[in-house]
Amino acid sequence: MSSALCFLLNGKPVGLDAVDPNLTVLDWLRCQARLTGTKEGCAEGDCGACMIAIADARPDGRLHWRAINSCIRLLSSLHGHAVVTVDGLASGGSVHPVQQALVDAHASQCGFCTPGFVMSLYALYRNGGLQTLDRPEVERAFSGNLCRCTGYRPLIDAALALRDASDDAIAAENAVTAGRLHDLMRRSDAGPVAPHDGPLAAGDGPRTAAAVGSPTIDAGARALRPRTVEALLADRARHPGAWLIAGCTDVGLWITKQHRRAEHTIDVTFVTALQSIETLADGRLRIGAAVRLEQAWAALCARWPQLRGFADRFASRPVRNSGTLGGNIANGSPIGDSMPVLIALGCHVVVASQAGGERAIALEAFYAGRQQTVMRTDEVLLWIDVAPPGSSGLVAAYKVSRRIEQDISAVCLGLNIELDDGVSAPVVRTARIGVGGMAATPMRALRTEQVLVGAPWSDATLDLAVRTIRAEFSPITDMRASSRYREHVIGALLIRAWREHRGEPVALDALS
Amino acid sequence: MNDHGGLPTPGAPLASGGQVRPDTDRSPAHESALAHVTGSARFIDDLPEAFGTLHCAPVLSPLAHARLRGLAPEAVAQALADPAVHAIVRAADIPGEAAFHTPAADEPVLATDSVHYQGQVVALVVADSHRQARVTAARLQQALQLEPLPAVLSIDEALRQQAWVLPPVCVIRGEPEQALARATHTLGQTFEIGGQEHFYLESQIAYALPQEQDGWLIHSSTQHPGEVQHWVASALGIAANRIDVVCRRMGGGFGGKETQAGHVAVWAALAARAVGRPVKMRLDRDDDILITGKRHPMRASYTVGYNDAGAIQALSVSIAANCGSSADLSGPVTDRTVFHVDNAYFLPNVRIELLRCRLNTQSHTAFRGFGGPQGMVVIETIIEQIAHRLGLDPLDVRRINLYGAAPRNTTHYGMTVGDNVLPELLGQLEAWSDYRARRAAIAAFNRSNSTLKKGIALTPVKFGISFTATQFNQAGALVNLYTDGTVQVNHGGTEMGQGLHTKVCQIVAAELGVPLEAVRISATDTARVPNASATAASSGTDLNGRAAEFAARRIRERLSAFIAGRAGVAPDAVRIADGVVSLPDDSKPLTDWIKAAYEARIQLFSDGFYATPDIHYDRSTLTGQPFYYFAYGAAVSEVAIDTLTGESRVLAVDILHDTGRPINRAIDLGQIEGGFIQGMGWLTTEELVWDEQGRLRTHAPSTYKIPTAYDLPPRWRIALWNRPNPKPNVHGSKAVGEPPLMLAISVLQAIRHAVQAATGEATPVVLHAPASAESVQRALGGPSAS
Repeated sequence: MSSALCFLLNGKPVGLDAVDPNLTVLDWLRCQARLTGTKEGCAEGDCGACMIAIADARPDGRLHWRAINSCIRLLSSLHGHAVVTVDGLASGGSVHPVQQALVDAHASQCGFCTPGFVMSLYALYRNGGLQTLDRPEVERAFSGNLCRCTGYRPLIDAALALRDASDDAIAAENAVTAGRLHDLMRRSDAGPVAPHDGPLAAGDGPRTAAAVGSPTIDAGARALRPRTVEALLADRARHPGAWLIAGCTDVGLWITKQHRRAEHTIDVTFVTALQSIETLADGRLRIGAAVRLEQAWAALCARWPQLRGFADRFASRPVRNSGTLGGNIANGSPIGDSMPVLIALGCHVVVASQAGGERAIALEAFYAGRQQTVMRTDEVLLWIDVAPPGSSGLVAAYKVSRRIEQDISAVCLGLNIELDDGVSAPVVRTARIGVGGMAATPMRALRTEQVLVGAPWSDATLDLAVRTIRAEFSPITDMRASSRYREHVIGALLIRAWREHRGEPVALDALS
Repeated sequence: MNDHGGLPTPGAPLASGGQVRPDTDRSPAHESALAHVTGSARFIDDLPEAFGTLHCAPVLSPLAHARLRGLAPEAVAQALADPAVHAIVRAADIPGEAAFHTPAADEPVLATDSVHYQGQVVALVVADSHRQARVTAARLQQALQLEPLPAVLSIDEALRQQAWVLPPVCVIRGEPEQALARATHTLGQTFEIGGQEHFYLESQIAYALPQEQDGWLIHSSTQHPGEVQHWVASALGIAANRIDVVCRRMGGGFGGKETQAGHVAVWAALAARAVGRPVKMRLDRDDDILITGKRHPMRASYTVGYNDAGAIQALSVSIAANCGSSADLSGPVTDRTVFHVDNAYFLPNVRIELLRCRLNTQSHTAFRGFGGPQGMVVIETIIEQIAHRLGLDPLDVRRINLYGAAPRNTTHYGMTVGDNVLPELLGQLEAWSDYRARRAAIAAFNRSNSTLKKGIALTPVKFGISFTATQFNQAGALVNLYTDGTVQVNHGGTEMGQGLHTKVCQIVAAELGVPLEAVRISATDTARVPNASATAASSGTDLNGRAAEFAARRIRERLSAFIAGRAGVAPDAVRIADGVVSLPDDSKPLTDWIKAAYEARIQLFSDGFYATPDIHYDRSTLTGQPFYYFAYGAAVSEVAIDTLTGESRVLAVDILHDTGRPINRAIDLGQIEGGFIQGMGWLTTEELVWDEQGRLRTHAPSTYKIPTAYDLPPRWRIALWNRPNPKPNVHGSKAVGEPPLMLAISVLQAIRHAVQAATGEATPVVLHAPASAESVQRALGGPSAS
């Protein structure tokens, strides 16, 4: 198969040429492949009726399965993946154990959301290790699926009934898929590539040594998948109007909801060098622009375990499975739940262009306005560098939203305070506070930080800080909250941090 | 095959969150369960498209109220210059009636000279693809020539202008004014009850296929195919017999596809007529939410008089409903609000004023509960506030006000409550849920916690079953027995996920004595069963199940008579069960007898018809016996709130619900659970926000938040009240579609309890629904209160 775009669909190879870069996976599935099991419920990645499972080969050759929203995912980004839809699960006249579990639990009513739940569960299933599955993990797995009929209990029961699934059977299934994927990519125009070489792409730039001499993507291609940073920057220089895509969880909506169309897309997620997370010599955490949110947050939580609950509330798992931290930052949403906490932790983004080279920008200085950044049109975000943890004090992040899961915050607070021993109370040595939902961009609460730094960590200081932060911004009233509520709550979250630090119970989700 | 046997004792939980109870394992699965999980269950958008099919998208008004001068001609010309765009359909292109075929005839099919809400459909674009149609429609929206007019955007403004969709109504019993003046205590308050978007996962869709000789096949995702048939006939100006409306299943309905599906079907048919080709119209989610009506937002103002024990002496309540820009179903919806202001309580002296306000918003419509939930929220709030004022446990106040023996057994609309199980049911739930001990534990928790406060509430539901419009309480069915022994069932009800088809198949299988696997349901089709009522008012199984049962019974009786004649035994000596015919001294497969009956020219198919007995109702006075019976239930909800932010979480729910004798335990459980969670969403996370220009800002799941799996309370226990319906009803069952939604009022009242605990004040708090974090924070008296 020598096509511009290759992937496995329900176990069978697919090769496509000259793919419209604006084509979503869902539209292709339903309108062209005529696989109608996958549904459109919202076309914005919020309901999960369009869920599919995809896998790419990890460096060790093993498959890592992820449920993603096909409605906002661009087809061009599936190159080199195994793709499974609900239509492809049943085999040999019998349904898949995941499907049977839903039937046994009476977990479908109208049936429209059901394929999406099946696929979220299927991705979980194919990653194995279900023996320890518990209700919180099931809830996370379903965090991107809405059901309006059942109230979820039977769906959760269906998932928990899979705890006795055999890892051996799953491993055998995965080996078959990995073999087919390897065969496909070996036969594709990418040339022979070792299975541990990561996702394959027909990029513009030089590829692996094994792929030397392989043709570049067809000349008329509009969906570009550079493989190296050099090629990425070259593509960017050549196509300053191209859309940079890095998971499509936001850009997908430009197509489905805003009716915008890209002449070219440049997908950063195929750039090998940007797929990794590393610790730099000075202790900073460096997260590549192609790192998906799920992995990025896992790395942040490994350093700051207290961010776990916050991380779980970032969008939904399928969005985190597709979207990237780089994409979240580069799109500059006024809220963008990652930015307040990253600002608090201390974060620089490294951007680069072919002409101007690299530069690092403090995250709080990255935004010029609502959904505007200071990046030049030829620049690309490459890395996110997060400062190492301090020695003492508290790091906390809170969001207030209408719903716990998969909701954009009305107000978001990231707090990073270091304390020195003081005479009667600790003294604030440093304070970094990031806020979201309080202005047109994520902000650093500098005035409030000034109130805190050098002051005793006391009731009186906190009172002053609360009053200061409530007055520091002029938030708007919108569908998520009123300006008055936002002003109130940003202070309330400071009080929550204070009380939590003193050991008072403040977490609703800790109650039973 | 019916899981009637082995009823667990009341109190044995069916669902506890984390395990399937064996009690539901015996229930037959949903008739489409395997098709659902494999993705092979076809929804309308999944049907193979006929050759030449085009797609349709609506052009929506961007303004809440404006004079409409038309579409800029150059924009229309430019749009039509694109070969992918086939037609732009406007009001002038409608061959038949220009208003939808509703009783009030107050909704234009397409706007003519004015628009009355943001989202009103002005024109239709017909194009090669769904996307192309939408893109063009969005472009044409910019080309609408509109002159803004002052809009009515609040209930206040509607009241000031006396802008009604229907005239005010007042129901009075006793001497409310005098009784209020004499009452031991009084209190009063005004509060808001928010609306609710249905958020069926499958957005509205219709597929119109022109047939020969001016005939039409309409696939419509509708709860009411018969109404779609009449609406399309009216708009096209043709006779009903030319139109065949088919619905195999909906991807959720909840009332939102009762009338609202008709709009989309009419538009698809008009578009198809304009181009002479099949046209599919599937609303994008945002368009769907912008165009279609919601649960009615309401405001209640009340004064209640009560004695030292908390017994209500008199109540005067005024309810103003935001009905939106047209009448739609607002009349019967708000009637039901009036009928349920009592919920479970005897109101000796009562005055209920009902104001049906016309606002420049979406025209609000049916939604599970149909106005009843808002009425119940009013009285349950009153009960909580009385209890708080008197320092009593609200459960005690509820008990003392329950309907009882005569004369305390007559509703304010004159119906006798003859089957009231609530005194006993509340007692069982109180014990099973450990309500009193938990309430004490919560008081202790609240004393020792400053940031978090807990609350608990036990609220009952008494919900009237029947369409309040008496004529709708009829149903038909057609049962075909084939010579191979298999059966196809057709009836006028529609499947929206509620399990109606499954239950009807079970009923027919039991009646005919064939295995359930031998019975297959057909799509609902106006050509098979005519003039069917909407599948609504929880009545789907009561009506259609009974009609199908009667149809099957006639076939069985004919077979029995035939077999008895052949075998020379009395007809009642013939037993047919599970596909086997047993005679006193013989037993053989039913299929053998069916073949013999066919050869003997015995009719093997039959219709069935059912009309609910005993009901009557005077619409002008809102009195009579509108309901055949009541469905009952009660729930205990325990919540916690964060007093800093107003956020809340539901921690525990215990439900005891009356489904009569369930035909399918798993399906009934599903209705209870799904209804509760939907009601919980209505009262907590789901908030409709219109801006100061009347634009709905929450028109997608990114901004309109229905519950997710996380929101299922950690403790979740449900038990069925296992007694057959005392009224003769199909298989002794009770309707279950709507009543459980109102069990979630316990969540709102538990939040109120927690807020009240936090404020520590004797004055009852004002808590507006939904109890969003901001609403709770306002109730707590924070700076957002204003």
